Amino acid sequence: MAAGMGEGVHSERESGRAHLSKHLMQMKFMQRRQDNENKVEFEESQQRRIDETHWVIDVPELTAKQNRYSLEPSHIACECLKFGRMSFKGFNPAIEKIMKTYDTEQELELAEEREKEIAVSDDEMAKRYDSLIGTVGKKFVKKRHRSSADNEVEAKKSKLGFLKPSDD
Amino acid sequence: MAAHVNEVVLPGDILQELSDSEQYPKLRLGPGLRIDVDNVVVCKCGILRFREPSVFWVDTHQKRYVPVKGENILGIVISKAGDVFKVDIGSSEMATLSYLAFEGATKRNRPNVQIGDLIYGKLLVANKDMEPEIVCIDSTGRSSGLGVISGGFMFKCSLGLVRKIVSPDCQLMKLLGKHMPYETAVGLNGRIWIKAKTLSHTIAISNAVCCAEYMSKKQTEVMVKQIVSSQWT
Repeated sequence: MAAGMGEGVHSERESGRAHLSKHLMQMKFMQRRQDNENKVEFEESQQRRIDETHWVIDVPELTAKQNRYSLEPSHIACECLKFGRMSFKGFNPAIEKIMKTYDTEQELELAEEREKEIAVSDDEMAKRYDSLIGTVGKKFVKKRHRSSADNEVEAKKSKLGFLKPSDD
Repeated sequence: MAAHVNEVVLPGDILQELSDSEQYPKLRLGPGLRIDVDNVVVCKCGILRFREPSVFWVDTHQKRYVPVKGENILGIVISKAGDVFKVDIGSSEMATLSYLAFEGATKRNRPNVQIGDLIYGKLLVANKDMEPEIVCIDSTGRSSGLGVISGGFMFKCSLGLVRKIVSPDCQLMKLLGKHMPYETAVGLNGRIWIKAKTLSHTIAISNAVCCAEYMSKKQTEVMVKQIVSSQWT
């Protein structure tokens, strides 16, 4: 049984990948690998068969709209309420220290938000520079060579791709 | 902005505009609103409020406190039972407070808490099926303003007033603090504690807080000025 399946896999591989010599395939380490592959495939097919026999109830999708809402049980988050302990004019220095830390935290958050609005995002920056490479490069090339320069860029790009070494 | 914002809503109202509109991809619903199948339904009477970017809640007048996780409250110790204290926080049920939930407390070193003490704590468990639990430390084990509170004067008021006082655009406490040194603890369960240098200061501050419930910004400023001038003369 195992031998039969092994042949099946072998023939599949022949069509897909380069053919390895018979002697090579008979070597111990190649066999071991082949056995492992067979085992995995067999388990997968078994699993598939089990999954197919399982019963599944057809339920219409309910969860699609649910995650649009998030419930917020507390007023603190809704109204941005402050910490309830306060001290004024140095009545309780410990509490005033805590108040100060809360205030600076809030200020930092606000500043961060403002910065987000003003600053350019990383994606935008990358896009901008990506589009600039071609246009700035063109400036320094004479009109006659422009088309050839474009081709060169393309050629360079294609060169960068991964080259698979030949098997033999 | 959706309709009904800053308008009176009643329990059972369905906010069709909220669930239909494409303006808000994500909606955050605060207290007073709930989801029923696909609709946003009001479950408290009050005024519908909105805050950027997409937070909606109902501003209610209420005196009975319903515990919510994470809120700071003022409670009174009612009894000691083994390793927990029972604390009255104004809700339908007593809250429990473990004796280990204080700064620096260990099994050997128990905190000095007596029956009748006032406690400023944070709700750790608030769940409609379980009794609430409060703690007097934060996640790092420090008290950060929580714990037993001594001296001073505590009074009760409505939950709406308490929220107004700790809201970021209410300047009442700050204005009062410019003229007299004092310390306060505001519990979101409708209790406010005040400690000032003299009795007349305490009375003045507590009166100012009680009167401020329905006052606008301008009116509170005027009131504080009046109080301060009457204090000095």
